[in-house]
Amino acid sequence: MSHSSLPSPAAAQAAAQAAAEDQRKMHVVVVGHVDHGKSTFVGRLLNDTDSLPNGKIEQVRKNCAAEGMEFEYAFLLDALIEEQEQNITIDTTRIFFRTTQRAYAIIDAPGHKEFLKNMVTGAASASAALLLIDAKEGVMDQSRRHAFLLSLLGVKQLVVLVNKMDLVQHSQETYEKIRTEYTAFLKSLGLNAVHFIPIAAKHGENIVNRSAKMAWWKGPTVTEALDAFKHEDDLTGLPLRLPVSDIYRFDHRRIVAGRVEAGAIRPGDELIFQPGGRRSTVRTFEDWPGPESRDVVGTGGSASVTLSEQIFVERGQVAAHPSNQPRVGREFRARIFWLGKEPLVPNKTYKLRLLTQNVEAVIAKIEKITDASTLESIQADSVPRDSICEVIVRTARAVAFDLHQECAITGRFALEEAGRIHGGGIILDARKEQNVREGKVTAAERSARSGHAPAVLWFTGLSGSGKSTIAELVERRLFDAGRQVFRVDGDDLRTALNRDLGFSAADRAESVRRASAVAGLFANAGHISLVTLIAPLAADRAKARAALSNHAFIEVFVDAPLDVCEQRDVKGLYAKARRGEIAEFTGISSPYEAPESPEVHIRTDKLTTDQAVDLVLDALDKVLRTKADDWEV
Amino acid sequence: MSRNAQNDHLTRLEQTSIHVFREAFANFRSVCMPWSMGKDSNVLIWLARKAFCGKIPFPLLHIDTTYEFPEMYEFREKAKVIHGIDLIVRVNEDAIRRGIGYATHDPVTVTHELKTVPFKAAIDEFKWDALVTGIRRDEDPTRAKERWFSPRSAEGNWDYKDQPPEFWGQFASSAPEGGHVRVQPLLEWTELDIWEYIRRENIPNPTLYFARNGKRFRSLGCHPITHPVDSPASNIDEVIEELKRTKVSERAGRAQDHVGRNSMQELRAKGFM
Repeated sequence: MSHSSLPSPAAAQAAAQAAAEDQRKMHVVVVGHVDHGKSTFVGRLLNDTDSLPNGKIEQVRKNCAAEGMEFEYAFLLDALIEEQEQNITIDTTRIFFRTTQRAYAIIDAPGHKEFLKNMVTGAASASAALLLIDAKEGVMDQSRRHAFLLSLLGVKQLVVLVNKMDLVQHSQETYEKIRTEYTAFLKSLGLNAVHFIPIAAKHGENIVNRSAKMAWWKGPTVTEALDAFKHEDDLTGLPLRLPVSDIYRFDHRRIVAGRVEAGAIRPGDELIFQPGGRRSTVRTFEDWPGPESRDVVGTGGSASVTLSEQIFVERGQVAAHPSNQPRVGREFRARIFWLGKEPLVPNKTYKLRLLTQNVEAVIAKIEKITDASTLESIQADSVPRDSICEVIVRTARAVAFDLHQECAITGRFALEEAGRIHGGGIILDARKEQNVREGKVTAAERSARSGHAPAVLWFTGLSGSGKSTIAELVERRLFDAGRQVFRVDGDDLRTALNRDLGFSAADRAESVRRASAVAGLFANAGHISLVTLIAPLAADRAKARAALSNHAFIEVFVDAPLDVCEQRDVKGLYAKARRGEIAEFTGISSPYEAPESPEVHIRTDKLTTDQAVDLVLDALDKVLRTKADDWEV
Repeated sequence: MSRNAQNDHLTRLEQTSIHVFREAFANFRSVCMPWSMGKDSNVLIWLARKAFCGKIPFPLLHIDTTYEFPEMYEFREKAKVIHGIDLIVRVNEDAIRRGIGYATHDPVTVTHELKTVPFKAAIDEFKWDALVTGIRRDEDPTRAKERWFSPRSAEGNWDYKDQPPEFWGQFASSAPEGGHVRVQPLLEWTELDIWEYIRRENIPNPTLYFARNGKRFRSLGCHPITHPVDSPASNIDEVIEELKRTKVSERAGRAQDHVGRNSMQELRAKGFM
């Protein structure tokens, strides 16, 4: 940094700005491989900047002595018992300290692999990062993984601390080797470390005080590097993005509440609310306690807006100026980091949270999975915990968004399952939808929303053969996988729709016709319908197949020998039929014509139930995959 | 102070806290805000009124240990009127009948019986799924590990080892089955921020915080176990100047924190705030 000898007005202004800037606390995250010395470093930093409360060191020393342990600076932070036992930091700890220049909140992010989500939590709120590498161990797994996440979370200011220099005889050669290797890795991520500072945290070398043992180091100390970090850019110059968080009607006023995420808003501004595209004008800001309200609300400010024209507005919509609106769509390509215990799988329904929008979404396609430490591609059908992938995301309804490169804050989202956030992503590019969204809703649109084509699975077989048992399990598996699925059960139909029908040949034919009509309606609605019906006559089943010819149709013959079915006799019907109490009972007093070429043939006496379910799902999968071309982009 | 100055430190904290309040109110079915009548609690009331344009749209809860300073009871009645507060007051009458008190019991037991137990009973009674608390990360190391939205199990336990990730302004949006979520709008504030904001906004507070005869309270709790610190700071400006210099921790005058090495952690795991 150069200092001009004559103060110019511009320099004076810059100095004033710098002074105002320094009022703001700088959030810094500390990351790095487990045991590379993060907690020790932070403990030492607090100590050397004189930021510890009175008596804290003495208290920790006393506790250590009481438990017969050698004092370590790391214990200052490891406030919880468990941590001291495991000797690893388990959660993001926020510590406040000051240099002579300004105030800091430092986040001692954990390095243990299992706790990546805490590191993400810490890093996402940081403006800059310090990454520690053990000089003796060198660049490790998490050294790379953490840098990858920093790049994804948008932390651009990075200083690498080559720690434990005392263990390598303060060797400049060792330091240079690590610097060269790691610089190349960072470059592949598009990151650049401002400095690599050699330190020995345990002894306080090059943290606040220069190390006499590393005279070769001419760069800054850690605190000098910290003081050179800049606050994140102010987004007030960007186009307005005001996501609606709520509508308040506590009194006569109708107030649109939200936080300005980018740009600025003023009374009189014309607004367009997306998705939906309705327009209105800002009448007032309703700031409490008043009497005056602000004339402008800039980025980060919470706004309470009344509108001139009363239009329908709801939580989730994004207000923008008509001249520069966000994109609206249902499909985009994204880079995701996944932290969930269960892998991220395609076609399962997740909640996508983007600003205040909360919509159902599926991963339509996994394009690439990357190992975060080697940057190599992994081949897999699902995304395992703690990895990074590129995917196509499809949402159940339209969302407003920007590309991450246009506006980071509105170009990123979280993925949630069962009320818990399991991952996050940035939007790389938008994908056009194939269908013109006007007029009649088409089958393709329904399929696009379900994430799959409809189909009819027709289970036929003797009473007691296991049709319902298998169909119920198939339904459960499909439902849990996020498919739209519904079971049309013959017995259920008989209690309502078919209660006028008996068991004569004509009535059976009618019963099959009605069941196929109901299954057809569900399929038209985009569902996979599972029909369970004895349907003993081949001719009736052929008619059903013909009636449903515009859908994928899979006949599943649940084949169990009569004596097996009769032995099971779950409902006691065979006994009744044998006693002559039921006339025209299939298999006993009425024929069953076995299908000649069903798509799936299940010998229930030879297969386990799980095997049977897998057979059905495999057949369905094949059919749906061929159908997918009809609607997939 | 310019009406449009939005980038100063206090305004940033304020605006973030307002956002947290609004997200909580939008996401949860039934919100309540426990109120200790202390400075942080009073800042919360102020922020809630800013978030909701003057009117707090949910009730406040005072767990009355019966050991509050008399001045606090007076302050409670006054503040109720000033802020238009819908206040629920709960006392663990049963524990008091059983003779639980500071004269006969240790502070951890009394805090548990007279604060945590009636607090949990109120949660059971009203079935709140979000509770707004005034805790700050700088108060205590265990609080440093908190999230803006922090889920609590049906038993009120805090699973600090398996907390949900929180990033990009996205918080936990639902409470665990039978449990609730602690919403903590002051997480990023420090004690100094609180006082500077009180001064800037002129927020009503009990006068016990200001020195009388060379002593003042930095933190207020039950009178038998809350001790004043030596201080000449008799007004808000002097308090702020003192805090800029001090290195004594804020809760040093709160006896229940210091009984055992990890007493704060034990209290918090059992549901204390």
